[in-house]
Amino acid sequence: MIKKIYFQSIFFSFLFCVEAFAAESGGMPQLNPEFWISQIFWLTLTFGVLYVVLSKLILPKISNNLESRKSQILENIEAAEKQREDSEKKLKEYEEIISKSKLEAKNIFNHAREKALKDINAKREVLDGQIDEEISKAEQEISTLRESAPDKINTIAIETSSELIQKLIGADVNNSSISAIVDDLSKRNGDKYYGN
Amino acid sequence: MAANPMTQFDVYRIGPEIKLGALDISFTNASLFMIISTVAILIIFNLGSKKNSLLPNKIQLLAELSYTFVSKMISDTAGSKAKPYFAFIFSLFMFVLFCNMFGMIPYTFTVTSHIIVTFVLASFIFIGVTVIGFIKHGFGYLKLFVPSGVPAVLLPLIVVIEIISYLSRPVSLSVRLFANMMAGHTMMKVFGGFVISLGIVGGWLPLSFSVALTGLEILVAFLQAYVFAILTCIYLNDALNLHH
Repeated sequence: MIKKIYFQSIFFSFLFCVEAFAAESGGMPQLNPEFWISQIFWLTLTFGVLYVVLSKLILPKISNNLESRKSQILENIEAAEKQREDSEKKLKEYEEIISKSKLEAKNIFNHAREKALKDINAKREVLDGQIDEEISKAEQEISTLRESAPDKINTIAIETSSELIQKLIGADVNNSSISAIVDDLSKRNGDKYYGN
Repeated sequence: MAANPMTQFDVYRIGPEIKLGALDISFTNASLFMIISTVAILIIFNLGSKKNSLLPNKIQLLAELSYTFVSKMISDTAGSKAKPYFAFIFSLFMFVLFCNMFGMIPYTFTVTSHIIVTFVLASFIFIGVTVIGFIKHGFGYLKLFVPSGVPAVLLPLIVVIEIISYLSRPVSLSVRLFANMMAGHTMMKVFGGFVISLGIVGGWLPLSFSVALTGLEILVAFLQAYVFAILTCIYLNDALNLHH
């Protein structure tokens, strides 16, 4: 408040200075009352017209424009928000579908794998059975062959040795004595020859 | 132009003398510039409010920016209760601004450099604000002169000071605008005279001063219009929201 009074006193003193100055230089046109009435009249007229036209015609239009722009922007923002929500929802749906189908694909793959494994195992079992059978057959053959092999060899050895003796010394040798010798030899060296 | 820097403020009659009873209401150069300012404001704001495009063009932007500027100024200083007086303060601000700005064009007349014009404007405001205050608060409006929290001993003095300061409002308001305008224009005229009298050799210094002063005066023209409007808002605030 004191500040206000201080400034006002400055303005008053300025006014007095102006008046003093005007008195010295022979009058300020502002203080000549000749056209005061005219100025008041024209000021009232022009300012009145300005006020009426602005307040009745122009300012409501401007405020209308501003309001409508504001509401339009708000509407647009709302619409954009809605669309964003919609798109988010759709994105979620899409992701759900994708994850579902992924799961399905995995299931199908697993099924197929299990089935294939089962098939392979079944076939393998069959094949294994066949192979085992053949192996056992072959082993049997081998064992029969092996069992009969020393006798055959013995007979061959007896025959060849009797023929050899006949050719070498030209005399018949008793087959039973030769077979006794061969038997004795084969018994002694059978291990060496057959690896049993 | 005459050498006397005060002749730019001369008011002279244009056309015949018009009398309304005993009163002389002749059309003068002051009336001419009042009309020019009014018409300029109306044309600009009419163009600025004609079309309602979502993306405003330049003149629409100008009108809308001034609208929001004044509206923000009022709501900041006087609150939402001052909304009905928006049109008055807007016209006041625009009128003073345009009169000041038209005064900056060489060879024009500055309407607001006349104490009678600013005093009439200030009296409008003073009377209006006082009437509004009494309508809103009845005789309670007189509490404006009794600030709260003042010791009882000082109260008589304070009340007298408050009354004087209240009554001096129209004077301070009008003299502020008038003195600023007159002083600035006189100074520019004086420097202009120096340019002529010092000639081609020494005239450059006052010329540069004159250029700088033109910028300053344009600032002052805007600032004084703003101050005029904002003080009106403050007075209105006193009348509407009675708390000191």
